[in-house]
Amino acid sequence: MGRSKNDVWVGLFVMLGLAALVFLALQSANLLSLSWQSTYRVTAHFDNIGGLKPKAAVKSAGVVVGRVGSIGFDDERFQALVALDMDSKYKFPSDSSLKILTSGLLGEQYVGIEAGASDTNLKAGDNVGNTQSAVVLENLISQFLYNGAASGGSSDAGGKPAPGKGK
Amino acid sequence: MSWWRPSDVGLAVRRKLADIGQGARFFARLIALLGSTLRRFSLVRDQVHFLGNYSLAIIAVSGLFVGFVLALQGYNILQRYGSSEAVGLMVALSLLRELGPVVTALLFAGRAGTSLTAEIGLMKAGEQLSAMEMMAIDPMRRIVAPRFWAGVITMPLLTAVFNAVGVLGGWVVSVWMIGVDPGAFWSQMQGGVDVWADLGNGVLKSFVFGVAVTFVALLQGWEARPTAEGVSRATTRTVVMASLAVLGLDFILTALMFTY
Repeated sequence: MGRSKNDVWVGLFVMLGLAALVFLALQSANLLSLSWQSTYRVTAHFDNIGGLKPKAAVKSAGVVVGRVGSIGFDDERFQALVALDMDSKYKFPSDSSLKILTSGLLGEQYVGIEAGASDTNLKAGDNVGNTQSAVVLENLISQFLYNGAASGGSSDAGGKPAPGKGK
Repeated sequence: MSWWRPSDVGLAVRRKLADIGQGARFFARLIALLGSTLRRFSLVRDQVHFLGNYSLAIIAVSGLFVGFVLALQGYNILQRYGSSEAVGLMVALSLLRELGPVVTALLFAGRAGTSLTAEIGLMKAGEQLSAMEMMAIDPMRRIVAPRFWAGVITMPLLTAVFNAVGVLGGWVVSVWMIGVDPGAFWSQMQGGVDVWADLGNGVLKSFVFGVAVTFVALLQGWEARPTAEGVSRATTRTVVMASLAVLGLDFILTALMFTY
């Protein structure tokens, strides 16, 4: 009958559409990666987070072990307060240290975690004390210039006029 | 008509307002008929078959070629910056966020919207709608509302197919033709595409476009002058107005969704 034939085709169409959605969610958006796994949240203060964004990866030895949950500002300490959702599968010693790193030269920033030596593990609600800020290019350059000027000035007085002589 | 006579301006404004009011009432009626439409779902199903299954070929082929072209163009620019692996991410984001919903809606307006307008306009011209009313059958309920909801159901599904085929097309070009590393292709894509922010907003967009395009098509058919010329004009207006509505709505939705 015409009716049931229509049913089959419409059903196939709807299933194809849903399959396409599932394909996109799994293959291109990686729905299963971390979003459904249980996490524990730890916090950390950073002097400067640079360009870190929520949902950036937390990596240890290059492996993603968590995501940045939220980023706020702590106006008591005037530091950035970053909440990290760590995958419950992975435990880290409570004296682990955090670093904000950049993937590649111009890539996006992520948090690197290096395991410490403590016997106790990080648990939900802990604050990681040992942190290292993002490298801000402007600071690096000004530091370099300042150091260069300082070493140039302190090395000897005779070195300085040399360019002036050539002028 | 002269624009300096107050009475002419007043008439024009009043007509425009009346048109908008008619459209709004038509739209409210369609929304209100959701319940009774779902109760006779066989009508919707037949329309989904007509609008969806028959549009699949053009949507899939277009998606494939859009994916091809995006990958080629994206690779050309990205390899200048030494990040040709990001071509997968670029293809996926441009498809999911913008091109998928918009191009699907434009194709849908041309492929299915016109046929809706012509069908209803001809029914009106042939006085079939009046005949239904004579038999105490509400043509809004029997003819128009099932087509509207079928369009609303169909559009997100077609967009999903378009996006999936487009991503596969990008994969074919990048990995087979150009030789981008397949692992980097997918992992860059998975690292940069968010399920809710990108895929979810894209689906939401396609849903809004489905409402807009189907509504415009049906309204144009319903309001068409019941002559051969009137139907032809209504069909033309469907394509023009639906396309403009899609592009305008896309700008507004993008501004609301992707500005963080």
